[in-house]
Amino acid sequence: MDRLFYMKGYAMEAVLNILAKLDWSPLYISLKTGVAATIFSFFIGIFLARKVLKAGPRVKAIVDGILTLPMVLPPTVAGFFLLLIFSKRRPFGAFLFEKFDIKVVQSWAGCVIAAIVIALPLMYKNARAAFEQVDANLIYAARTLGMSETKIFWKVVVPAAGPGVASGTILTFARALGEYGATSMLAGNIPKKTATMSQRIAMVIQDGDYMTAGVWVAVMVIIAFVIVVAMNLLTSGRNKHMKKW
Amino acid sequence: MALEVYIKKKLGDFVLNAAFNADRQCIGILGASGCGKSMMLKCIAGIETPDEGYIKLDGRVLFDSNQKINLPPQKRHVGYLFQNYALFPSMTVEENIRSGIRLKDKNAQRAVIKQYVQQFHLQGLEKHYPSQLSGGQQQRAALARMLAAGPEMILLDEPFSAMDAHLKDAMQREMAGIIEQFNGHSLIVSHSRDELYKLCPTLAVMDRGSLLYMNETKKVFDDPKYVQAARLTGCKNISPIRKIDNRHIEALDWGIVLETAEEIDDAVTHVGIRAHHLISCGGHGTMKNEFPIELVDTLEAPFEIQYFVRNKETPDRQPLWWKVNKHEVNGAADTAVGEYLSVAPEDIMLLNDKYSNI
Repeated sequence: MDRLFYMKGYAMEAVLNILAKLDWSPLYISLKTGVAATIFSFFIGIFLARKVLKAGPRVKAIVDGILTLPMVLPPTVAGFFLLLIFSKRRPFGAFLFEKFDIKVVQSWAGCVIAAIVIALPLMYKNARAAFEQVDANLIYAARTLGMSETKIFWKVVVPAAGPGVASGTILTFARALGEYGATSMLAGNIPKKTATMSQRIAMVIQDGDYMTAGVWVAVMVIIAFVIVVAMNLLTSGRNKHMKKW
Repeated sequence: MALEVYIKKKLGDFVLNAAFNADRQCIGILGASGCGKSMMLKCIAGIETPDEGYIKLDGRVLFDSNQKINLPPQKRHVGYLFQNYALFPSMTVEENIRSGIRLKDKNAQRAVIKQYVQQFHLQGLEKHYPSQLSGGQQQRAALARMLAAGPEMILLDEPFSAMDAHLKDAMQREMAGIIEQFNGHSLIVSHSRDELYKLCPTLAVMDRGSLLYMNETKKVFDDPKYVQAARLTGCKNISPIRKIDNRHIEALDWGIVLETAEEIDDAVTHVGIRAHHLISCGGHGTMKNEFPIELVDTLEAPFEIQYFVRNKETPDRQPLWWKVNKHEVNGAADTAVGEYLSVAPEDIMLLNDKYSNI
């Protein structure tokens, strides 16, 4: 019994010790990356969904295929292509660096871009599926009322597709928050700069530090759970006027 | 001031081919479901594009395939009331009404909203969402939204089909007032002859994508001219005929010879008799077009009795449908059946089958 108490006490003390000394920058970097990537993905995903809905069947198939690739391929493949594009030794990366002083590789911008590329398909797919379900009569009615196409899209179509768009946003954020493969290739694991939570877990595991890894795992699980539940509650409140079935 | 429509549109095997002119009044378009009447409204509103033709409203060209003019719905100023009302579910009643107002000034917008909220008895519901409204309130909100946008013409697509009978009667009265007040063209599309008879002074009958016939509503009901129009106006008894002389025909389905009030021209292929135009009589030869009957079947409705009777002398032929108001027979179904029926020559409708030559 004494020994068990001693063990428990020791474990508690060790966790508190780790928490006291913990560098919290990965939490901050991951959240910042997740929010930024979600905002970009939200608008880009909706924009692409709208374009694809209006396009002919062939364009639709091709664009849809390209946007689905990051979902089915390992993130390291995306990382490879991103490096090809943004490396300073390549034309586009060199152009960005020389003209605009923008460095993507080994920088926080790299974290965001990697997260966007991996998470965008979730936003796009959910938005498109939700738009396809919108009653066409709503759009026709809006046109006869003289509303512009842009206004119809943002004021009628997007809200009517609300639950689908919201769940796409939640999934996008959750995916962006946990992005590992493409991020580690493009942005690297630079402490206090590009070291995200998922990269920190992998790193401390390599050192055999399961305690610290466990703390980060707990932080990630809690954040993901809280955000998903909070957004679920939020959207169910906003859409309470929609019929239950 | 007129509406001119001539449109053609092919959809697979189906061809919409409609042409009519109308001045400022309410026109009803009667047709079975799937006859293309909603498609015609959608073409006028600019939601669908015809293959060829033109649509002109008070001298303004909305569509002309020759001149390559095709105004977007936003610029047509044509209001459309959808069967399911198509209220925006994420907007309140007030926001729904505001969505069509073209004024930029907020105060002016508010004044217009207030006016339409009052006119359509929506006070207290301004902040409600469509799903919180009853069927009648939804229709009023949709009408308010449509009219607040200031249309020059309104199109009503099956406006009462989503309502139960009681509400339907109440809303039809309101609708009659709204149409009367509206200073522009209105078109109502429906499969219900009752609705259109109540609301529209002019009626067009549509069948298989074509407008068969347009006239004053009462005239269309008195003389539908076509078999298809007769059926849509509710004529229950229609039979092909054999012409005997200028005033006599034999109704082949029933085995009855009938004298007509009008001369029979060669276009006549069928005869129609409305079920309530048949009259019970004594068979003394005092009435025209008498024939002996035998009862085949009886159906009792709340306020009328429907009999199916056959000419006694030709029992191998089809029965006729005969309706009697209950109060006329004091509610007793059996006593009304006499030995003979007759029909007045002026109640006999001479019809042409539009598709008989094809």
